[in-house]
Amino acid sequence: MSRLGLGKDLLGLEGLSADEIRLILDTAEPFKAVSEREIKKVPTLRGKTIVNLFFEASTRTRTSFEFAEKRLSADTVNITSQGSSVLKGENLVDTARNLEAMRIDMVVMRHPSSGAAKFLANRIRSNVINAGDGQHEHPTQALLDLLTIRDRLGRVEGLKVCICGDILHSRVARSNIWGLLTLGAEVAVCGPLSLMPRGIEELGVRVLRHVEEAIEWADVLNIMRLQLERMRAGYIPSLREYYRVFGVTLERLERAQKELVILHPGPMNRGVEIDSRVADGPHSVILQQVTNGVAVRMAVLYLVAGGSSDLAVQAMGAARDEAE
Amino acid sequence: MTSGVRQSLLNARDLERALADMSQAIVEFAGGTDRLLLVGVQRRGVQLAERIAHIIGSTHNVEVPRGAIDITLYRDDLRAVGPRPLVGETRLPGEVEGRCVVIVDDVLYTGRTIRAALNELGDYGRPDRIGLAVLVDRGGRELPIQADVVGKAVEVPRGDHVDVMIRELDGRDAVDIVVGLGSG
Repeated sequence: MSRLGLGKDLLGLEGLSADEIRLILDTAEPFKAVSEREIKKVPTLRGKTIVNLFFEASTRTRTSFEFAEKRLSADTVNITSQGSSVLKGENLVDTARNLEAMRIDMVVMRHPSSGAAKFLANRIRSNVINAGDGQHEHPTQALLDLLTIRDRLGRVEGLKVCICGDILHSRVARSNIWGLLTLGAEVAVCGPLSLMPRGIEELGVRVLRHVEEAIEWADVLNIMRLQLERMRAGYIPSLREYYRVFGVTLERLERAQKELVILHPGPMNRGVEIDSRVADGPHSVILQQVTNGVAVRMAVLYLVAGGSSDLAVQAMGAARDEAE
Repeated sequence: MTSGVRQSLLNARDLERALADMSQAIVEFAGGTDRLLLVGVQRRGVQLAERIAHIIGSTHNVEVPRGAIDITLYRDDLRAVGPRPLVGETRLPGEVEGRCVVIVDDVLYTGRTIRAALNELGDYGRPDRIGLAVLVDRGGRELPIQADVVGKAVEVPRGDHVDVMIRELDGRDAVDIVVGLGSG
Protein backbone atom coordinates (compact mmCIF):
# COMPACT_ATOMS: atom_id res chain seq x y z
CA MET A 1 0.00 0.00 0.00
CA SER A 2 1.16 3.49 -0.80
CA ARG A 3 2.80 5.47 1.99
CA LEU A 4 1.84 8.74 0.31
CA GLY A 5 -1.70 8.62 1.51
CA LEU A 6 -3.13 8.11 4.94
CA GLY A 7 0.02 7.15 6.65
CA LYS A 8 1.41 10.14 8.44
CA ASP A 9 0.21 12.68 5.88
CA LEU A 10 -2.31 13.46 3.17
CA LEU A 11 -0.35 15.13 0.40
CA GLY A 12 -2.36 14.28 -2.69
CA LEU A 13 -4.72 11.80 -4.29
CA GLU A 14 -2.12 10.58 -6.78
CA GLY A 15 -1.03 7.17 -5.59
CA LEU A 16 -3.91 6.58 -3.18
CA SER A 17 -5.74 3.31 -3.78
CA ALA A 18 -9.47 3.14 -4.47
CA ASP A 19 -9.90 1.50 -1.04
CA GLU A 20 -8.10 4.36 0.68
CA ILE A 21 -10.22 6.97 -1.08
CA ARG A 22 -13.40 5.05 -0.29
CA LEU A 23 -12.28 4.77 3.34
CA ILE A 24 -12.10 8.57 3.56
CA LEU A 25 -15.49 9.03 1.89
CA ASP A 26 -17.13 6.37 4.08
CA THR A 27 -15.56 7.86 7.21
CA ALA A 28 -16.98 11.26 6.23
CA GLU A 29 -20.55 9.92 6.46
CA PRO A 30 -20.84 9.77 10.28
CA PHE A 31 -19.07 13.14 10.53
CA LYS A 32 -21.84 14.75 8.48
CA ALA A 33 -24.17 13.87 11.35
CA VAL A 34 -21.95 15.57 13.93
CA SER A 35 -22.49 18.92 12.19
CA GLU A 36 -26.27 18.42 12.30
CA ARG A 37 -26.40 17.98 16.06
CA GLU A 38 -27.34 20.53 18.65
CA ILE A 39 -23.85 20.18 20.15
CA LYS A 40 -21.59 20.13 17.10
CA LYS A 41 -18.56 18.69 18.80
CA VAL A 42 -17.05 15.32 19.59
CA PRO A 43 -14.01 14.82 21.86
CA THR A 44 -12.02 12.75 19.36
CA LEU A 45 -8.97 15.02 18.91
CA ARG A 46 -9.05 16.56 22.37
CA GLY A 47 -5.57 17.66 23.34
CA LYS A 48 -4.22 17.69 19.78
CA THR A 49 -2.75 20.95 18.54
CA ILE A 50 -3.19 21.81 14.88
CA VAL A 51 -1.56 24.69 13.02
CA ASN A 52 -3.21 26.04 9.89
CA LEU A 53 -0.25 27.39 8.00
CA PHE A 54 -1.43 29.44 5.05
CA PHE A 55 1.11 31.05 2.74
CA GLU A 56 -1.65 31.98 0.30
CA ALA A 57 -4.91 33.81 0.82
CA SER A 58 -7.80 31.47 1.46
CA THR A 59 -11.03 32.04 3.28
CA ARG A 60 -13.19 29.06 2.57
CA THR A 61 -10.64 26.28 2.75
CA ARG A 62 -9.18 27.65 5.96
CA THR A 63 -12.60 28.20 7.51
CA SER A 64 -13.68 24.72 6.52
CA PHE A 65 -10.57 23.15 8.08
CA GLU A 66 -11.04 25.25 11.20
CA PHE A 67 -14.63 24.12 11.66
CA ALA A 68 -13.53 20.52 11.12
CA GLU A 69 -10.77 20.86 13.71
CA LYS A 70 -12.95 22.56 16.29
CA ARG A 71 -15.78 20.05 15.88
CA LEU A 72 -13.24 17.34 16.68
CA SER A 73 -12.14 19.30 19.80
CA ALA A 74 -8.59 20.00 18.59
CA ASP A 75 -6.85 23.23 19.59
CA THR A 76 -6.04 25.32 16.54
CA VAL A 77 -3.78 28.20 15.64
CA ASN A 78 -3.89 30.07 12.34
CA ILE A 79 -0.73 31.41 10.80
CA THR A 80 -1.10 33.35 7.59
CA SER A 81 1.82 34.75 5.74
CA GLN A 82 0.94 36.83 2.77
CA GLY A 83 3.00 39.27 0.83
CA SER A 84 6.10 37.45 -0.29
CA SER A 85 4.50 34.92 -2.60
CA VAL A 86 7.27 32.36 -2.71
CA LEU A 87 9.10 31.43 0.42
CA LYS A 88 12.48 29.88 0.28
CA GLY A 89 12.81 26.28 1.39
CA GLU A 90 14.95 27.23 4.37
CA ASN A 91 12.31 29.60 5.65
CA LEU A 92 9.58 27.02 5.45
CA VAL A 93 11.65 24.48 7.33
CA ASP A 94 12.57 27.06 9.95
CA THR A 95 8.92 27.96 10.46
CA ALA A 96 7.97 24.32 10.79
CA ARG A 97 10.81 23.52 13.19
CA ASN A 98 9.81 26.42 15.39
CA LEU A 99 6.27 25.13 15.46
CA GLU A 100 7.43 21.64 16.30
CA ALA A 101 9.49 23.06 19.12
CA MET A 102 6.15 24.18 20.56
CA ARG A 103 4.96 20.56 20.42
CA ILE A 104 2.25 20.70 17.78
CA ASP A 105 0.70 17.55 16.35
CA MET A 106 -0.47 18.49 12.88
CA VAL A 107 0.06 21.07 10.17
CA VAL A 108 -2.52 21.96 7.54
CA MET A 109 -0.64 23.87 4.89
CA ARG A 110 -1.39 25.90 1.80
CA HIS A 111 1.61 27.06 -0.16
CA PRO A 112 2.16 28.63 -3.61
CA SER A 113 4.93 26.18 -4.54
CA SER A 114 4.09 22.77 -5.99
CA GLY A 115 5.60 20.09 -3.81
CA ALA A 116 5.79 22.25 -0.68
CA ALA A 117 3.59 19.88 1.35
CA LYS A 118 5.79 16.89 0.57
CA PHE A 119 8.89 18.94 1.27
CA LEU A 120 7.54 19.79 4.71
CA ALA A 121 6.22 16.31 5.44
CA ASN A 122 9.66 14.83 4.83
CA ARG A 123 11.22 17.15 7.39
CA ILE A 124 8.89 17.20 10.39
CA ARG A 125 7.40 14.56 12.65
CA SER A 126 3.94 16.15 12.76
CA ASN A 127 1.20 15.02 10.40
CA VAL A 128 0.94 17.20 7.30
CA ILE A 129 -2.26 17.78 5.36
CA ASN A 130 -1.97 19.50 2.03
CA ALA A 131 -4.53 22.28 1.68
CA GLY A 132 -3.26 23.18 -1.78
CA ASP A 133 0.31 23.39 -3.06
CA GLY A 134 0.96 25.49 -6.15
CA GLN A 135 -0.42 23.84 -9.26
CA HIS A 136 0.11 20.37 -7.84
CA GLU A 137 -2.77 19.06 -5.68
CA HIS A 138 -5.64 20.07 -3.42
CA PRO A 139 -6.71 16.65 -2.16
CA THR A 140 -9.44 17.59 0.31
CA GLN A 141 -11.24 19.65 -2.36
CA ALA A 142 -11.27 16.68 -4.72
CA LEU A 143 -12.44 14.38 -1.92
CA LEU A 144 -15.37 16.63 -1.11
CA ASP A 145 -16.20 16.79 -4.83
CA LEU A 146 -16.18 12.98 -4.97
CA LEU A 147 -18.39 12.76 -1.87
CA THR A 148 -20.86 15.26 -3.33
CA ILE A 149 -21.03 13.38 -6.62
CA ARG A 150 -21.55 10.11 -4.76
CA ASP A 151 -24.29 11.68 -2.61
CA ARG A 152 -26.17 12.95 -5.63
CA LEU A 153 -25.74 10.04 -8.06
CA GLY A 154 -25.09 7.12 -5.69
CA ARG A 155 -21.72 6.22 -7.19
CA VAL A 156 -18.63 7.54 -8.90
CA GLU A 157 -17.65 4.47 -10.86
CA GLY A 158 -18.75 4.54 -14.49
CA LEU A 159 -19.85 8.19 -14.42
CA LYS A 160 -18.70 10.65 -17.04
CA VAL A 161 -17.19 13.70 -15.38
CA CYS A 162 -15.92 16.70 -17.32
CA ILE A 163 -13.66 19.26 -15.66
CA CYS A 164 -14.09 22.62 -17.37
CA GLY A 165 -11.92 25.72 -17.55
CA ASP A 166 -8.35 26.43 -16.53
CA ILE A 167 -6.84 22.96 -16.30
CA LEU A 168 -3.25 24.16 -16.71
CA HIS A 169 -3.01 26.03 -13.42
CA SER A 170 -5.56 24.09 -11.40
CA ARG A 171 -4.54 21.88 -8.49
CA VAL A 172 -8.24 21.15 -7.99
CA ALA A 173 -8.45 19.77 -11.54
CA ARG A 174 -5.37 17.64 -10.99
CA SER A 175 -6.56 16.12 -7.70
CA ASN A 176 -9.97 15.50 -9.24
CA ILE A 177 -8.46 13.68 -12.20
CA TRP A 178 -6.51 11.31 -9.92
CA GLY A 179 -9.44 10.65 -7.61
CA LEU A 180 -12.01 10.17 -10.36
CA LEU A 181 -9.81 7.85 -12.43
CA THR A 182 -8.91 5.77 -9.38
CA LEU A 183 -12.59 5.32 -8.49
CA GLY A 184 -13.36 4.24 -12.05
CA ALA A 185 -15.04 7.32 -13.53
CA GLU A 186 -14.50 8.44 -17.13
CA VAL A 187 -12.86 11.83 -17.12
CA ALA A 188 -12.76 14.59 -19.72
CA VAL A 189 -11.37 18.10 -19.63
CA CYS A 190 -12.68 21.08 -21.57
CA GLY A 191 -11.24 24.56 -21.86
CA PRO A 192 -9.18 26.93 -24.00
CA LEU A 193 -6.15 25.30 -25.60
CA SER A 194 -3.98 27.94 -23.96
CA LEU A 195 -5.09 26.66 -20.54
CA MET A 196 -4.76 22.95 -21.37
CA PRO A 197 -1.59 21.14 -20.25
CA ARG A 198 0.16 19.52 -23.17
CA GLY A 199 -0.03 15.73 -23.18
CA ILE A 200 -2.87 15.59 -20.66
CA GLU A 201 -4.43 12.71 -22.67
CA GLU A 202 -1.61 10.53 -21.38
CA LEU A 203 -3.21 10.59 -17.94
CA GLY A 204 -6.19 8.78 -19.44
CA VAL A 205 -8.57 11.72 -19.86
CA ARG A 206 -10.24 12.84 -23.05
CA VAL A 207 -10.00 16.43 -24.24
CA LEU A 208 -13.21 18.10 -25.41
CA ARG A 209 -12.86 21.31 -27.40
CA HIS A 210 -16.32 22.79 -27.00
CA VAL A 211 -18.38 23.28 -23.89
CA GLU A 212 -21.47 22.08 -25.82
CA GLU A 213 -19.64 18.81 -26.42
CA ALA A 214 -18.85 18.55 -22.71
CA ILE A 215 -22.49 19.12 -21.75
CA GLU A 216 -23.57 16.54 -24.32
CA TRP A 217 -21.06 13.94 -23.08
CA ALA A 218 -21.00 14.33 -19.30
CA ASP A 219 -23.12 13.32 -16.31
CA VAL A 220 -21.25 15.79 -14.11
CA LEU A 221 -19.54 19.11 -14.88
CA ASN A 222 -16.95 20.39 -12.42
CA ILE A 223 -16.35 24.00 -13.40
CA MET A 224 -13.00 25.47 -12.40
CA ARG A 225 -12.62 29.06 -11.33
CA LEU A 226 -10.97 31.28 -13.94
CA GLN A 227 -8.22 33.20 -12.18
CA LEU A 228 -8.63 36.75 -13.38
CA GLU A 229 -4.90 37.28 -13.65
CA ARG A 230 -4.86 34.71 -16.49
CA MET A 231 -6.41 37.33 -18.72
CA ARG A 232 -3.75 39.87 -17.90
CA ALA A 233 -1.15 37.22 -18.61
CA GLY A 234 -2.62 36.77 -22.09
CA TYR A 235 -4.04 33.23 -21.76
CA ILE A 236 -7.50 34.40 -22.80
CA PRO A 237 -8.56 37.43 -24.87
CA SER A 238 -11.28 38.75 -22.53
CA LEU A 239 -13.69 37.65 -19.83
CA ARG A 240 -16.65 38.32 -22.10
CA GLU A 241 -15.11 36.20 -24.82
CA TYR A 242 -14.46 33.44 -22.31
CA TYR A 243 -18.09 33.47 -21.17
CA ARG A 244 -19.31 33.46 -24.77
CA VAL A 245 -17.23 30.41 -25.70
CA PHE A 246 -16.80 28.45 -22.45
CA GLY A 247 -19.42 29.79 -20.06
CA VAL A 248 -21.80 27.14 -18.69
CA THR A 249 -25.08 28.90 -19.36
CA LEU A 250 -28.68 27.95 -18.78
CA GLU A 251 -29.36 28.05 -22.53
CA ARG A 252 -26.59 25.55 -23.18
CA LEU A 253 -27.84 23.22 -20.44
CA GLU A 254 -31.43 23.46 -21.64
CA ARG A 255 -30.42 22.62 -25.18
CA ALA A 256 -28.91 19.35 -23.95
CA GLN A 257 -32.17 18.31 -22.26
CA LYS A 258 -30.63 16.15 -19.57
CA GLU A 259 -30.05 16.10 -15.83
CA LEU A 260 -26.49 17.27 -15.32
CA VAL A 261 -24.89 17.77 -11.92
CA ILE A 262 -22.92 21.00 -11.63
CA LEU A 263 -19.99 21.47 -9.25
CA HIS A 264 -17.78 24.47 -8.65
CA PRO A 265 -15.03 24.68 -6.01
CA GLY A 266 -15.64 28.41 -5.44
CA PRO A 267 -15.28 31.27 -5.22
CA MET A 268 -17.36 31.67 -8.39
CA ASN A 269 -16.96 34.30 -11.05
CA ARG A 270 -20.62 34.62 -11.98
CA GLY A 271 -20.94 35.53 -15.63
CA VAL A 272 -17.43 34.33 -16.47
CA GLU A 273 -17.18 30.55 -16.14
CA ILE A 274 -20.72 30.01 -14.88
CA ASP A 275 -24.13 31.58 -15.42
CA SER A 276 -25.77 32.78 -12.20
CA ARG A 277 -28.96 30.94 -13.14
CA VAL A 278 -26.95 27.71 -13.32
CA ALA A 279 -25.08 28.36 -10.07
CA ASP A 280 -28.36 28.88 -8.22
CA GLY A 281 -30.38 26.38 -10.22
CA PRO A 282 -31.57 22.85 -9.50
CA HIS A 283 -28.54 21.22 -11.16
CA SER A 284 -26.12 22.93 -8.81
CA VAL A 285 -24.68 21.09 -5.78
CA ILE A 286 -22.29 23.91 -4.98
CA LEU A 287 -23.53 24.54 -1.43
CA GLN A 288 -23.67 20.81 -0.76
CA GLN A 289 -19.96 20.79 -1.62
CA VAL A 290 -19.33 23.35 1.10
CA THR A 291 -21.25 21.30 3.68
CA ASN A 292 -19.45 18.12 2.65
CA GLY A 293 -16.11 19.93 2.86
CA VAL A 294 -16.30 20.07 6.65
CA ALA A 295 -17.21 16.37 6.94
CA VAL A 296 -14.45 15.26 4.57
CA ARG A 297 -11.87 17.32 6.43
CA MET A 298 -13.01 15.86 9.75
CA ALA A 299 -12.57 12.40 8.27
CA VAL A 300 -9.08 13.20 7.00
CA LEU A 301 -7.98 14.71 10.33
CA TYR A 302 -9.36 11.70 12.18
CA LEU A 303 -7.68 9.17 9.88
CA VAL A 304 -4.34 10.94 9.65
CA ALA A 305 -4.16 11.37 13.43
CA GLY A 306 -4.44 7.58 13.68
CA GLY A 307 -1.36 6.86 11.60
CA SER A 308 -1.42 3.97 9.19
CA SER A 309 -4.66 3.24 7.39
CA ASP A 310 -3.90 -0.41 6.71
CA LEU A 311 -6.04 -1.79 9.52
CA ALA A 312 -8.94 0.51 8.82
CA VAL A 313 -8.91 -0.50 5.17
CA GLN A 314 -8.88 -4.15 6.23
CA ALA A 315 -11.76 -3.51 8.60
CA MET A 316 -13.69 -1.91 5.79
CA GLY A 317 -13.03 -4.92 3.57
CA ALA A 318 -14.26 -7.23 6.32
CA ALA A 319 -17.37 -5.14 6.90
CA ARG A 320 -18.11 -5.27 3.19
CA ASP A 321 -17.68 -9.05 3.09
CA GLU A 322 -20.01 -9.35 6.04
CA ALA A 323 -22.63 -7.20 4.36
CA GLU A 324 -22.58 -9.38 1.25
CA MET B 1 -6.69 -24.58 29.13
CA THR B 2 -5.52 -24.53 25.52
CA SER B 3 -5.84 -21.24 23.72
CA GLY B 4 -8.80 -21.11 21.35
CA VAL B 5 -10.93 -23.68 23.18
CA ARG B 6 -14.61 -22.75 23.20
CA GLN B 7 -17.02 -23.26 26.05
CA SER B 8 -20.69 -22.64 25.57
CA LEU B 9 -22.13 -20.03 27.95
CA LEU B 10 -25.58 -19.60 26.42
CA ASN B 11 -27.24 -21.59 23.65
CA ALA B 12 -29.99 -20.23 21.42
CA ARG B 13 -32.75 -21.09 23.88
CA ASP B 14 -30.87 -19.64 26.87
CA LEU B 15 -30.29 -16.45 24.91
CA GLU B 16 -33.95 -16.14 24.02
CA ARG B 17 -34.94 -16.65 27.64
CA ALA B 18 -32.36 -14.13 28.82
CA LEU B 19 -33.72 -11.52 26.42
CA ALA B 20 -37.28 -12.17 27.62
CA ASP B 21 -36.21 -11.75 31.27
CA MET B 22 -34.24 -8.62 30.41
CA SER B 23 -37.24 -7.14 28.57
CA GLN B 24 -39.41 -7.54 31.64
CA ALA B 25 -36.75 -6.11 33.94
CA ILE B 26 -36.27 -3.11 31.64
CA VAL B 27 -39.98 -2.27 31.76
CA GLU B 28 -39.87 -2.51 35.56
CA PHE B 29 -36.75 -0.33 35.67
CA ALA B 30 -38.37 2.31 33.46
CA GLY B 31 -41.65 2.20 35.40
CA GLY B 32 -43.60 1.26 32.26
CA THR B 33 -43.07 1.89 28.59
CA ASP B 34 -44.23 5.52 28.29
CA ARG B 35 -40.88 7.25 28.47
CA LEU B 36 -38.69 4.30 27.55
CA LEU B 37 -36.05 4.72 24.82
CA LEU B 38 -33.74 1.82 24.03
CA VAL B 39 -30.31 2.73 22.69
CA GLY B 40 -28.15 -0.08 21.33
CA VAL B 41 -24.36 0.24 21.29
CA GLN B 42 -22.91 -0.51 17.84
CA ARG B 43 -22.82 -3.16 16.65
CA ARG B 44 -24.38 -6.11 18.48
CA GLY B 45 -26.11 -3.95 21.04
CA VAL B 46 -28.18 -2.49 18.23
CA GLN B 47 -29.61 -5.87 17.26
CA LEU B 48 -30.20 -6.80 20.89
CA ALA B 49 -32.08 -3.52 21.49
CA GLU B 50 -34.15 -4.27 18.40
CA ARG B 51 -35.09 -7.71 19.75
CA ILE B 52 -35.88 -6.39 23.20
CA ALA B 53 -38.04 -3.65 21.67
CA HIS B 54 -39.87 -6.33 19.73
CA ILE B 55 -40.48 -8.46 22.86
CA ILE B 56 -41.68 -5.48 24.92
CA GLY B 57 -43.75 -4.27 21.98
CA SER B 58 -45.61 -7.54 21.60
CA THR B 59 -46.24 -8.13 25.32
CA HIS B 60 -47.39 -4.55 26.02
CA ASN B 61 -48.82 -3.80 22.60
CA VAL B 62 -46.73 -0.65 22.12
CA GLU B 63 -44.06 0.58 19.73
CA VAL B 64 -40.88 1.07 21.76
CA PRO B 65 -38.61 3.72 20.22
CA ARG B 66 -34.99 2.70 19.79
CA GLY B 67 -31.79 4.24 18.57
CA ALA B 68 -28.19 3.31 17.98
CA ILE B 69 -25.01 4.81 19.34
CA ASP B 70 -21.47 4.50 18.03
CA ILE B 71 -18.94 5.47 20.65
CA THR B 72 -15.81 5.48 18.47
CA LEU B 73 -15.41 9.27 18.55
CA TYR B 74 -15.72 9.25 22.35
CA ARG B 75 -13.16 6.55 23.12
CA ASP B 76 -10.47 7.43 25.62
CA ASP B 77 -7.87 5.20 23.97
CA LEU B 78 -7.73 6.62 20.44
CA ARG B 79 -4.08 7.49 20.90
CA ALA B 80 -3.32 3.90 21.79
CA VAL B 81 -5.34 2.12 19.13
CA GLY B 82 -3.23 3.51 16.28
CA PRO B 83 -5.04 2.99 13.01
CA ARG B 84 -8.49 4.44 13.18
CA PRO B 85 -11.42 2.12 13.60
CA LEU B 86 -14.33 2.75 11.28
CA VAL B 87 -16.92 5.07 12.73
CA GLY B 88 -20.45 3.72 12.74
CA GLU B 89 -23.70 5.55 12.79
CA THR B 90 -25.30 7.25 15.79
CA ARG B 91 -29.02 7.84 15.39
CA LEU B 92 -31.48 8.73 18.08
CA PRO B 93 -35.19 9.01 17.34
CA GLY B 94 -36.33 12.46 18.47
CA GLU B 95 -35.44 14.06 21.76
CA VAL B 96 -33.79 12.26 24.66
CA GLU B 97 -35.00 15.06 26.96
CA GLY B 98 -37.36 13.74 29.63
CA ARG B 99 -36.96 10.10 28.61
CA CYS B 100 -35.79 7.04 30.45
CA VAL B 101 -32.95 5.86 28.23
CA VAL B 102 -31.77 2.28 28.57
CA ILE B 103 -28.41 1.59 26.92
CA VAL B 104 -28.23 -1.96 25.57
CA ASP B 105 -24.93 -3.74 24.95
CA ASP B 106 -23.82 -7.31 24.48
CA VAL B 107 -20.97 -7.56 27.00
CA LEU B 108 -20.09 -5.38 30.00
CA TYR B 109 -16.39 -5.63 30.77
CA THR B 110 -14.12 -2.68 31.68
CA GLY B 111 -16.97 -0.15 31.60
CA ARG B 112 -15.09 2.19 29.24
CA THR B 113 -17.54 1.74 26.36
CA ILE B 114 -20.41 2.72 28.65
CA ARG B 115 -18.48 5.72 29.98
CA ALA B 116 -18.09 6.87 26.35
CA ALA B 117 -21.76 6.18 25.61
CA LEU B 118 -22.82 8.29 28.62
CA ASN B 119 -20.67 11.18 27.40
CA GLU B 120 -22.11 10.92 23.91
CA LEU B 121 -25.71 10.77 25.17
CA GLY B 122 -24.99 13.90 27.19
CA ASP B 123 -24.20 15.72 23.95
CA TYR B 124 -27.69 14.92 22.68
CA GLY B 125 -29.58 16.22 25.69
CA ARG B 126 -30.53 15.45 29.25
CA PRO B 127 -32.60 12.32 29.79
CA ASP B 128 -34.46 12.02 33.10
CA ARG B 129 -32.71 8.78 33.76
CA ILE B 130 -30.20 6.47 32.07
CA GLY B 131 -30.00 2.75 32.70
CA LEU B 132 -27.81 -0.03 31.39
CA ALA B 133 -28.88 -3.48 30.21
CA VAL B 134 -26.31 -6.06 29.12
CA LEU B 135 -26.62 -9.60 27.89
CA VAL B 136 -23.41 -10.73 29.65
CA ASP B 137 -21.67 -9.12 32.62
CA ARG B 138 -18.21 -10.69 32.58
CA GLY B 139 -16.70 -8.72 35.50
CA GLY B 140 -13.30 -7.03 35.23
CA ARG B 141 -14.48 -3.45 35.62
CA GLU B 142 -11.96 -0.59 35.40
CA LEU B 143 -14.51 2.13 36.15
CA PRO B 144 -17.30 2.47 38.74
CA ILE B 145 -20.06 1.42 36.33
CA GLN B 146 -22.68 -1.29 36.93
CA ALA B 147 -25.55 -2.65 34.89
CA ASP B 148 -29.18 -2.30 36.02
CA VAL B 149 -30.31 -5.30 34.00
CA VAL B 150 -28.12 -8.35 33.35
CA GLY B 151 -28.95 -11.39 31.21
CA LYS B 152 -26.12 -13.56 32.51
CA ALA B 153 -23.41 -12.73 35.03
CA VAL B 154 -20.19 -14.73 34.92
CA GLU B 155 -16.63 -14.03 36.01
CA VAL B 156 -14.40 -14.44 32.95
CA PRO B 157 -10.62 -14.19 33.40
CA ARG B 158 -8.76 -11.41 31.63
CA GLY B 159 -7.34 -12.79 28.40
CA ASP B 160 -10.40 -14.89 27.62
CA HIS B 161 -12.96 -13.63 25.13
CA VAL B 162 -16.74 -13.60 25.36
CA ASP B 163 -18.00 -14.27 21.84
CA VAL B 164 -21.59 -13.14 21.36
CA MET B 165 -23.20 -14.40 18.18
CA ILE B 166 -26.59 -13.26 17.05
CA ARG B 167 -28.77 -14.43 14.20
CA GLU B 168 -28.87 -11.14 12.29
CA LEU B 169 -25.09 -10.77 12.05
CA ASP B 170 -23.63 -14.22 12.71
CA GLY B 171 -26.29 -16.61 11.48
CA ARG B 172 -27.03 -18.12 14.90
CA ASP B 173 -27.75 -17.21 18.51
CA ALA B 174 -25.10 -18.29 21.03
CA VAL B 175 -22.60 -17.00 23.55
CA ASP B 176 -19.26 -18.80 23.91
CA ILE B 177 -16.25 -18.19 26.06
CA VAL B 178 -13.05 -18.55 24.04
CA VAL B 179 -9.95 -19.21 26.08
CA GLY B 180 -6.89 -17.02 25.62
CA LEU B 181 -8.10 -14.83 22.79
CA GLY B 182 -7.49 -11.46 24.36
CA SER B 183 -9.88 -8.92 25.73
CA GLY B 184 -13.49 -8.38 24.78
